[in-house]
Amino acid sequence: MPYKFLEDIAIADVAFEATGKTLEELFDSSALALENTQVKDLKSVKHKVEKKIGVEADNVDMLLFNFLQELIFLKDAELLLFSKFDIKITESKKYKLKSKAYGEKLNMKKHELLVDVKAVSLHNFKVEKTKSGWKADVILDV
Amino acid sequence: MPFGNQIFKKPDFKKVSDVVWEVPTSFKQGMKVPARIYATKKIVDQMDLQVYDQITNVANLPGIQKFAFCMADGHSGYGFPIGGVAAFDPEENGVISPGGIGFDINCGMRLVLTNLTYNDVKPHLKTLVDKLFDKVPAGVGSSGFVKLTKDQFRKVVTEGTEWCVDNGYAWKEDLERTELNGKADWADVSKVSSKAVERGVNQIGTLGSGNHYLEIQVVKEENIFDKELAKKWGLFPNQVVIMFHCGSRGFGHQIGTDYLQLFLSVMEKKYGIKILDPELACAPFNSPEGQDYFKAMACGVNMSFANRQVILHRIREVFSDVFKQDAEKLGLKMVFDVSHNRASVERHKVDGETKELIVHRKGATGSYPAGREEIPKLYRDDGSPVIIGGSMETGSYLLVGGPNAAETFMSTAHGSGRTMSRTRAKGMFRGEQLQRDMLKQGIYVKSVSFSGLAEEAGSAYKNIDDVIEATHLAGISKKVVRFTPIGNVKG
Repeated sequence: MPYKFLEDIAIADVAFEATGKTLEELFDSSALALENTQVKDLKSVKHKVEKKIGVEADNVDMLLFNFLQELIFLKDAELLLFSKFDIKITESKKYKLKSKAYGEKLNMKKHELLVDVKAVSLHNFKVEKTKSGWKADVILDV
Repeated sequence: MPFGNQIFKKPDFKKVSDVVWEVPTSFKQGMKVPARIYATKKIVDQMDLQVYDQITNVANLPGIQKFAFCMADGHSGYGFPIGGVAAFDPEENGVISPGGIGFDINCGMRLVLTNLTYNDVKPHLKTLVDKLFDKVPAGVGSSGFVKLTKDQFRKVVTEGTEWCVDNGYAWKEDLERTELNGKADWADVSKVSSKAVERGVNQIGTLGSGNHYLEIQVVKEENIFDKELAKKWGLFPNQVVIMFHCGSRGFGHQIGTDYLQLFLSVMEKKYGIKILDPELACAPFNSPEGQDYFKAMACGVNMSFANRQVILHRIREVFSDVFKQDAEKLGLKMVFDVSHNRASVERHKVDGETKELIVHRKGATGSYPAGREEIPKLYRDDGSPVIIGGSMETGSYLLVGGPNAAETFMSTAHGSGRTMSRTRAKGMFRGEQLQRDMLKQGIYVKSVSFSGLAEEAGSAYKNIDDVIEATHLAGISKKVVRFTPIGNVKG
């Protein structure tokens, strides 16, 4: 799995580390980690709804922050959970992300729900290039 | 550096008293004031070291007064530690910081009386908990029963509990039993993004998840510490009471996120403020951005008052339904509603001079001694009621503002305080087993998520009695009653 939850980084919150060979893969892993914080089995989230998401930022860190924050927004405003993403990232003056997100409305009877994510924390938040690709450190406030 | 590999050093504490420990300004470069930890030695020795790193980051912020405080339930968070208290003087470029309030604006506790005894409730306990579980939605993405347009919601977050009175969700007397009379009257909804409104519009009357809960508790005779005050406030032996914990849901979370980003963009460029953790992003209180956040935060405050009020309305309906009597006859009166995530403008004495300060409490409760203007008239001669919830297995407390509360800008602890991460707790405990074990202890618990239940296991927290004892010994809040849980709805 290209993401793992870490035990002793954040006492009251949820910390994960995500990786990817490309920036797109890193964002995909991070988005799945966020969804997996809220629902136990991502396979239980069927691809019934397709949502277009577009965010931009001055740097990759804030691009990831804004993308994850958008997924939290859609969870509250439209009650949507996602389990698949097609992501494209371009860089000119700003970093821009366009994604199709596939998922469905959350349903307590069907989805084993875990914990509600309130926000992405910027505490120790980091996106970095590694030898094998990209890595992100994220703490979610729950 | 690999994630989480920072090494935090233990401070060389200066002992001020058995329950007050000072971290001197020599601990870290740039500390404008020392930090003080209000806890017993045992608790101080067990606190995670990142707490000391975070509270001394707070001590670096512009305009901070006297000390950066951490209460006995403190643990590391982001920006401020949980249990953090700091007061800033706007006249000395003092700041306001969302990281000193938390994303869950005005998250707090409400305590409700009944005139029922344990024996009255025992045969109905399972029905009560099951019905409360149905009527008070909890967990990821839960929606409430109050259907509002966005414009109606904007009215709710402007008027707080007053809106609830006008719409039949509150008794008039509930107002004076809520901090600020249930309304932060400086709220300005034009300072709130439409995203925040969209996140919150369906969430009035919902608990949320994480450590949020609704509990049925009992007063044991041996746990009444201040008999006179307990009686005056309507508490008696074997009585059943209801306590719950929740906040401003996605609405408050979005306000926090929006302003964190705004502050990061102006803080250094416009105001020349440098911080040690991006979650301490801030702006001078007397700046356009600082004032905008304060007005937006007030909307979050009102949302959470309305949220807890609608939940109380549902509780009254459930009890009335189960006992076939009016809620008034069942004595379902509020004791009080307190916040533990808020910034407030308050007057405090600093070195003999009375100053108007912006006091941040993040996972810390306002604890006002008798006579203070923040206390509703009803309680002003007694001191403010302080409600502190423990973990779901252990117990909770009602206290009163203590004689030494001025030391901490009238603040005390807010809960037990975690000692173990959620991810680790989930690996150690099984929700199903925990539910069975708790039933054996006489606590019927119902949760949306077994994994969420495991994360909240009592052993993942400090001992609530130790935390309370520290605040009591320090004289910042004094014990009135300890409550024992018998039923719990967990988000």
